[in-house]
Amino acid sequence: MSKFKRKKGQGAQKINTSSLPDIIFMLLFFFMVSTTMRETEVLVGVKPSEASEAKKLEQKTLVSYIYIGRPARHLQATYGTEPMIQMNDVLVNEEGIPTEAVQDFVLAEREKLPESDRPKMVMSLRIDQDIPMGKVDDVKQALRRSKALIINYSARKSYDEKGR
Amino acid sequence: MAKRELQEINAGSMADIAFLLLIFFLVATTMDVDTGLTRLLPDIPDEEDQTVVQVNKRNVLVVLINRDDQLMVKNEFGTRVDQLKDITMNFFLNPTNDPNLPEKEPKDVQFPPGSSSLLPADGMWSGMVSKGVISLQNDRSTSYKQYLAVQNELVGAVNQLRQDFCKLYFDKDFDDLNMNSPVEKEIAEGIRKIYKMNISEAEPKNIGGL
Repeated sequence: MSKFKRKKGQGAQKINTSSLPDIIFMLLFFFMVSTTMRETEVLVGVKPSEASEAKKLEQKTLVSYIYIGRPARHLQATYGTEPMIQMNDVLVNEEGIPTEAVQDFVLAEREKLPESDRPKMVMSLRIDQDIPMGKVDDVKQALRRSKALIINYSARKSYDEKGR
Repeated sequence: MAKRELQEINAGSMADIAFLLLIFFLVATTMDVDTGLTRLLPDIPDEEDQTVVQVNKRNVLVVLINRDDQLMVKNEFGTRVDQLKDITMNFFLNPTNDPNLPEKEPKDVQFPPGSSSLLPADGMWSGMVSKGVISLQNDRSTSYKQYLAVQNELVGAVNQLRQDFCKLYFDKDFDDLNMNSPVEKEIAEGIRKIYKMNISEAEPKNIGGL
């Protein structure tokens, strides 16, 4: 009992924080790897859906995004709660089939692509789960008129119980 | 000469720098999903010539979704979504050549020679390909969730048929076929010709409820 000096509690022990930067760097690398730079602010609420047959989008450069959902909380005062279409940063405020707005959007996105890639342009539709199909059908009709025929319904890949 | 003491860099501010970078990334990025179901929309005919293609009734599988998200497959009401994949696969395969299911037509598809032990040496597959088409129609008030689930099952059925064929003849997974290799690309294109993604969407209209 006397060979080893018993250290009495010297008050509050200091926590060694020298490894704090390491932890933060790990978190940082995680975010750097798993996220993409946000290009447009999403003005409509979109809850991503799940689909077991979802596949990765091949070339991100050929993809343009159309969001359909109910307006975000801070915009509900101006736009109400009916589902709306957002393309890039613009909310479409039209009644009926938004052919004009969609055609303008498709043309603008086409211009950004090189000639050879234009027929491969993909429209990614990010649609909220709960909205009725009416708006979606309108957008699809407008896309058909604008000859943007390759579309992709955005969804997370889900795995069913059998793990397939 | 006395050795100079190594100057120690004060690492106390490392944590601050790390925090700043972390907050920047948290704010400026988004965890977007980049997966999805790729579909092809039908073209709109230039002149509105209402030429209706005469399709034999047995070759069409009509799938309707009403505003209450209920399914009606081939005049059978109340089909569940999880039954849809099997119904569709059976529709395309028609193993018993049932007269109520689609006709089949003979077709020759060229595969790379020697790629499969089940094919003749020149790689030519000769068999019967289904003439079946699925016609999907939804009501304007159908929820997107149900629509996507139905699309998922239909696409899943065709994917499964392609996968089974690929596994049987080439012992490979259809999704793992490398498009950069000319041999595998030819296999994939051949399988796509045998099992086409014949899912057409009718012009939208109001089906209403029950």
